[in-house]
Amino acid sequence: MLLLRRDSFPLQSSDDIVKARQIVRTWAAELGFKLVDQTKIVTASSELARNAYDHGKGGIMIIEAIEDGDRKGLRLTFQDQGPGIPDIEQALKDGYSTSGGLGLGLGGAKRLVNEFHIESTVGKGTTVRIVKWV
Amino acid sequence: MEKQKSIVSLLKAKQDTILQEWEKEQFSAGKFRADLISPDELKQQMRDFWDSLLKALGQEERVDLSDEGWKPVRSLLTELSKSRAKLGFTPSETALFVFSLKKPIFQLIQDTFQNDPARLQKELWDLNTLLDSLGLFTTETYIRSKEEIIRRQQEEMLELSTPVVKIWEQIVAVPLIGTLDSARTQTVMENLLQEIVAASATVAIIDITGVPTVDTLVAQHLIKTVSAARLMGAECIISGIRPQIAQTMIHLGVSFQDITTKATLAEAIKYGLSQVGYRISKME
Ligand SMILES: Nc1ncnc2c1ncn2[C@@H]1O[C@H](COP(=O)(O)OP(=O)(O)O)[C@@H](O)[C@H]1O
Ligand SMILES: [Mg+2]
Repeated sequence: MLLLRRDSFPLQSSDDIVKARQIVRTWAAELGFKLVDQTKIVTASSELARNAYDHGKGGIMIIEAIEDGDRKGLRLTFQDQGPGIPDIEQALKDGYSTSGGLGLGLGGAKRLVNEFHIESTVGKGTTVRIVKWV
Repeated sequence: MEKQKSIVSLLKAKQDTILQEWEKEQFSAGKFRADLISPDELKQQMRDFWDSLLKALGQEERVDLSDEGWKPVRSLLTELSKSRAKLGFTPSETALFVFSLKKPIFQLIQDTFQNDPARLQKELWDLNTLLDSLGLFTTETYIRSKEEIIRRQQEEMLELSTPVVKIWEQIVAVPLIGTLDSARTQTVMENLLQEIVAASATVAIIDITGVPTVDTLVAQHLIKTVSAARLMGAECIISGIRPQIAQTMIHLGVSFQDITTKATLAEAIKYGLSQVGYRISKME
């Protein structure tokens, strides 16, 4: 797999979430994602960025344009050093929220992309990595 | 400590000359912004800064702006930079307040230590470093408050761009345009609820054609608003859910189940009118 381009952005304020979303939209458009898929990856990034900020006490987003054979894609990594998630399976369940949210962000983001990988250690933090292919 | 003291007493002893020269610098042609600040005000600022500078220099052993002893100097410069950013000074004009102090001070040091080159160099270096860091501090504060001003203006603009429009008796509409971060969504929704009351509306149309992303937070705000409006006796219609957004919402698992949705604002208006007893028809 080839890394075409890489950048990272802070997620320390709700402005940062808006900015992260704009960056993802720009990169997705440049890679040639169709409008529907742009909207899907942008929305997934919005959910994960907000989780890193709201639940994870802030973190960073790493954005990478990748190429695998003849397909291109966008890989996004959301990292925080927050409290971590004790039960990932439960957190992924639709409707589960510890903060009065809709509880659809994590599971929803997973359904919006092609690859979804989550790692979390209580007391250490959470990393979510997603890939969407053009 | 010893040496620091001696510099302070030197500066104190010669302060009249320094202030005079400094004033000349500040009021020299092309530098003084008579349109933005009065001479008296500027003189007062210089005086205050000078006093707090000497005080800090006399108190602290090292020159480290983050030390407690430098707090008064910092807050004075913060105030100054903020007010200058607001008044319309340029960043250079703001930093010159501090930098223009270099000439008179260096002159004094030069005259005093001309027979002791090592000492001369050392003192010049120290004072230069100090004035540089104070000057940079004003620039940084200036830029930060400019950013703050811009951010506030943006916010105000965003609020302006979501007016609640009265469509007909009992019907209000709010076209949402742009990014809905949580702060703004909250305001828009509160506005809408107020307008519903003010207009005794029974139908409220929320048009999201201009919203690029509907994530679960925005959806939750929308759902909450619709329920609140319902409690106040108004039915909400959400219009302008574009196909890509509808698809994304399905994947997210968000549904506007018992909320009336219409593809376009026009359809929503037509439906709203029918709800309050009107019909749009073409003239024969
Ligand atoms: N980065 C994170 N750090 C800690 N906890 C998280 C993180 N992301 C998600 N969670 C937990 O998983 C739950 C479900 O997340 P999500 O599906 O996005 O719903 P919501 O954000 O609406 O609560 C959250 O309520 C929270 O308890
Ligand atoms: Mg969430």
